[in-house]
Amino acid sequence: MTQMAVQLPLPGFEQAQGEWRSQYSRQVREERPIRNRSGIEIQPLYSQRDWSGERYLDDLGFPGQFPYTRGIYPSMHRGRTWTQRQLIGLGTPEDYNKRVRRIIDAGATAISLLPCCSGFRGIDCDEVDPVLLGTCGTVINTTDHMDRALDGVPVGEISTAMNDPSPFTLLAFTLGVARRRGVDWSRVTGTSNQSDYLSHFIANHQFFRLSLPGSRRVLLDHIEFCRRHVPNWNPVSVVGQHMQQAGATPAETMGFTLSTAIQYAEDCIARGMDIDDVLRRFTFFFDISISFFEEIAKFRAGRRIWARIARDRLGAKDPACWRFKFHGQTSGVDLTRQQPLNNIARVSIQAMTGILSGLQSLHTDAYDEAIACPSEETARVAVATQNILREEARLCDVIDPLGGSYYVEWLTDQMEAEIESVIAKIDAAGGMYTAAEVGLVQTMIGESALSFQEQVDSGERKIVGVNCYLIDEDSTVPPADRPDPDAMLRHVERFKAFKRERSQEQVARALDALARAANSTNENTFEKVVEAVEVGVTHGEVIGCLRRELGFGHPLIVA
Amino acid sequence: MTSADARPFRVLVTKIGLDGHDRGSRIVAAYLRDAGMEVIYTPPWQTISGVVKLAMEEDVDIIGVSSLATDHLIVPKMMTALREEGLDHVRVVVGGIVPDEEKDVLLSAGVSRIFGPGAARDEIVDFVAALGRQSRSDRIDEFSEVNS
Repeated sequence: MTQMAVQLPLPGFEQAQGEWRSQYSRQVREERPIRNRSGIEIQPLYSQRDWSGERYLDDLGFPGQFPYTRGIYPSMHRGRTWTQRQLIGLGTPEDYNKRVRRIIDAGATAISLLPCCSGFRGIDCDEVDPVLLGTCGTVINTTDHMDRALDGVPVGEISTAMNDPSPFTLLAFTLGVARRRGVDWSRVTGTSNQSDYLSHFIANHQFFRLSLPGSRRVLLDHIEFCRRHVPNWNPVSVVGQHMQQAGATPAETMGFTLSTAIQYAEDCIARGMDIDDVLRRFTFFFDISISFFEEIAKFRAGRRIWARIARDRLGAKDPACWRFKFHGQTSGVDLTRQQPLNNIARVSIQAMTGILSGLQSLHTDAYDEAIACPSEETARVAVATQNILREEARLCDVIDPLGGSYYVEWLTDQMEAEIESVIAKIDAAGGMYTAAEVGLVQTMIGESALSFQEQVDSGERKIVGVNCYLIDEDSTVPPADRPDPDAMLRHVERFKAFKRERSQEQVARALDALARAANSTNENTFEKVVEAVEVGVTHGEVIGCLRRELGFGHPLIVA
Repeated sequence: MTSADARPFRVLVTKIGLDGHDRGSRIVAAYLRDAGMEVIYTPPWQTISGVVKLAMEEDVDIIGVSSLATDHLIVPKMMTALREEGLDHVRVVVGGIVPDEEKDVLLSAGVSRIFGPGAARDEIVDFVAALGRQSRSDRIDEFSEVNS
């Protein structure tokens, strides 16, 4: 909770402060109130009256100690640097393989996989206008495709984050690949990114696949299966990123995200799962905007609130469950099409923000991200940005280096209060599932997005190259990288041949088993997905089956 | 014909193809609505045939297509489909991210204009209103031809 300003006996403090205030007013005669993106009014100076440190042990503690405001591990980045996890995904599985192997050769210890938008949309490559295929991610529809994408990649040694919304076919393909290669599933590590169906439904982002109740069921099946059979996999990544990209303020984003995590945790408890077993595998994924201090306060407050929620509200006893592990991505919304090289500066600031916030894993955007999927050269600059911040700027030398700043601690308290009021609003609406179902969250995000845009349009919020410091447009953007159309057509033809040649009987049996599991209350749908892809059932067929049985998802449009 | 001109312009704001990023289309829809136009707004992931059908049923003057990923690549196919259905009077604008080297294909397919990031609210509203007037005047011409 926000603490009251404490009046410590400091002889002469009031007088000195009064003198400063009158000097300040002489220099700055008229001043409009300054507010951060979350609407908190920012004063020109903070001092001991705003944060005295009296509640240090309750509100901050030491790194690795409850409530983890200063970091979730005792040694933080000094002990182990964050994971550099760049998103990749383009073209055919072979295209992906080429790029991912270069990244591994360059020393990456973790990889990511972004599927083609057709996959997000829930359909296979033979159902899509070929000109769109592979332009935003890799076309992976079968276990064979995954095998080719991960050719020479040591599954079981390298952590894989896959953008893999329900029903988690990419993980199913990966488990199939692991089995083919004799890798035990307990060695498969990584995260089901985008497993947060509520954030997708709310921020209307990328796809609609299954109905809300269907998605809820399938996620729980997935969590349960992974806890039993893939113990080192993180089945849940609660995503704030979509909502902030869609326009939610940083405080709203953190509030919505924590409310979503509460929803999933309570759903797991209702299903009879052991909260201490499940919660340790929850991870979070956020946007890092350029609002420097606000973002740092957002993450510090988020860690503190989550620790208290996990322990006190959800009843988890194991400290591993209280730790707020998060991946950050520098915000693409802050990047501009205008004067694109300026984005290198923006990404550096955002990355610095995330690092000073104590993140566990980071993706830095390439400077052409506002125009197209990054080229290899621009992606290299993005990775170098992280290395420069670590090696040259030496941001890892001290843990939570902004802790104890009057401003940062005051703002952390303010953001905490703001975030808690958002959580209270969602609680009052009946929880995140219901709040999404009735459109409450969508309305709040839409209002914030419009209000932000109005501030940009009116010039109140300045963006260099957009509404100030304009120059005649330069042409420093490399041309968009599009996949080779012939290779893509060959990929689609090969896929069609594969579908013709597989055992249709096995496919029909597997899809029937999946449909029956969906209609039963005690069978696990994800287990059936894993079995189905082993006999050649495709991504689109899995989703098609579950859509028929569990209902089709429609986005809710809120004015 | 003056009575027809007094009706507010009808604009279909939509997204075709595979991408679902709708922040831009929602904001532009609100701009046009606040400027007094009648906005028919669709969720993302529309098909070309669905958009053409909707344009016909809703009798729109203008279609605004938002493209943040690569869905602009199929806009020329939408232009062909509109012409095939005789909707030549319907003007089309594209908003979002279109790489420079891919703009000409859209413009030569008949797209009236591509608005990139940073386009000002008034610029969009004024341009769409001007397109609405053009679209209406085309239809009066067609009507006169049929009846002459």
